[in-house]
Amino acid sequence: MLSEIAFFGALETGLIYGLVAFAIYLSFRVLDFPDLTVDGSFPLGAAVAAVLIIHGWNPWIATGAAILAGMAAGAVTALLNVKLKILNLLASILTMIALYSVNLRVMGRPNIALLSEDTVLTPWYDLGLAYHQVPVLLFSIVIVVALVLLWRFMKSETGLAMRATGANPRMARAQGIATGGMIVLGVALSNGLVGLAGALFAQSQGAADVTMGVGVIVIGLASLIGGEAIVTPSTVFRALIACVVGAILYRLAIAFALNADVLGLQAQDLNLITAVLVTLAIVLPGVRTNIAAKFSRNKA
Amino acid sequence: MISANDLRLTFGKGTPLENPALRGMSLTVNQGEFVTVIGSNGAGKSTFLNALSGEVLVDSGQILIDNQDVTRLPTHKRAARVARVFQDPLAGTCETLSIEENLALAIKRGQRRGLTSAVKRQYLDRFRESLSSLNLGLENRLGDKMGLLSGGQRQAVSLLMASLTPSSILLLDEHTAALDPKTAAFVLELTTQIIAEQKLTALMVTHSMKQALDVGDRTVMLHQGQVVFDIAGKEREGLEVKDLLGLFEKQRGLEVDDDSLLLG
Repeated sequence: MLSEIAFFGALETGLIYGLVAFAIYLSFRVLDFPDLTVDGSFPLGAAVAAVLIIHGWNPWIATGAAILAGMAAGAVTALLNVKLKILNLLASILTMIALYSVNLRVMGRPNIALLSEDTVLTPWYDLGLAYHQVPVLLFSIVIVVALVLLWRFMKSETGLAMRATGANPRMARAQGIATGGMIVLGVALSNGLVGLAGALFAQSQGAADVTMGVGVIVIGLASLIGGEAIVTPSTVFRALIACVVGAILYRLAIAFALNADVLGLQAQDLNLITAVLVTLAIVLPGVRTNIAAKFSRNKA
Repeated sequence: MISANDLRLTFGKGTPLENPALRGMSLTVNQGEFVTVIGSNGAGKSTFLNALSGEVLVDSGQILIDNQDVTRLPTHKRAARVARVFQDPLAGTCETLSIEENLALAIKRGQRRGLTSAVKRQYLDRFRESLSSLNLGLENRLGDKMGLLSGGQRQAVSLLMASLTPSSILLLDEHTAALDPKTAAFVLELTTQIIAEQKLTALMVTHSMKQALDVGDRTVMLHQGQVVFDIAGKEREGLEVKDLLGLFEKQRGLEVDDDSLLLG
């Protein structure tokens, strides 16, 4: 079915989109803030990292700068909403559109190749692993670190205040939580993660492109919803695990669909497959409870 | 001490739906006093509580809490001094968070929140102890989601949350109105118990004149955004609902007289 290279390729992108799924969990689920900035902050992270790398910066510092750039983009969206009272969804669309121009300015051209540059992956190729296994190893480490940090943060006093802000803002204010500040912090963190994902994606694919953000939000949402359908997100830890599981399974499902000759699907069918997978992920949990309800009714 | 001086607030100013909710509302509540507030629909009871907590900002007037002017401060900056229990049992707690997480949010009310763990081990004994005083068995369910609890249970936990940290005033906004009579009686009993034990200063809005006279040590009636009468001590002792109604009729009667004077 899948060649080993295709399998590791799916894992590699799955791990990167796991970071995006974390980001979307943070904005959509924790803060109840539908944030589409993602489609702009993903290529922003890629652009910032790529430009700094071709100017000879250390790739890790370039990646750090990409995180900060993503956070700044998220902060803009949140401030448009909190300070100027623009509807959250619209605020994020405005930032996303603006970022298209910003990204072109940052790169100075529509794309930057990184094939001959040193990236965060370069030193890892000396470990003796197969070429296609190296990114999977590094990105696994990155996503575990991100997961643990996010999990600890959600359990902290500030993290709990952020969860209360999304769940019951009136109660949060009555407990002395500055809900506006929490929204800015949360959306900034979320887009920082997306900036990181963009920077890693550019370095593993060997290029940054101004159009690479199109549809990232849908892939992230697909991963989140799919993951939640498989791993019930009853705790924060399970919800974060669900993001990773969802993102990897999503990429594997896409790889299988494209590789299965019987189906006759091709790369251009990707968005259609995504839409079908998201629909299934939304509908299936309901079907499952319906079946369970039928069984228990029969028993009674 | 809480003091509200000549509060005025009009909703929808300049529109056909213009609604003057507070029209020169003044009230001083002394340290340790338990004041019950009554009034018909639209008398300005909830608006007054919202003005005190900061959920709405008044057009004019002044609000002092412990001699500090808080008139322009938003809710979260008053939260260290103002504790609140809402009418809607769902409003005072987060259903997606566990019982211990809700309590942990409340124990830091109005204080700085850092990056240390929110539910600290040293809190747990205190949480269990205060929950066991409810006799609802909640002390063994610290990890359960708040959404699993009934309305009465959630309101009881809201009360505990409001009394976990010291406050200058406890605002109770018809907090038993959405409960069935038996649960309402339980929550009211708990309220008077907590207020007495911790010697809290409290302002309780209620729809029930009987409740307003049964608990607390002072009763205030609001009408059309103002205090129409304010009774305490000897004057309030032995007063019954019909006496209160009489007082209310008298006040309204006076107003009608005023109107007729103006029209005449």
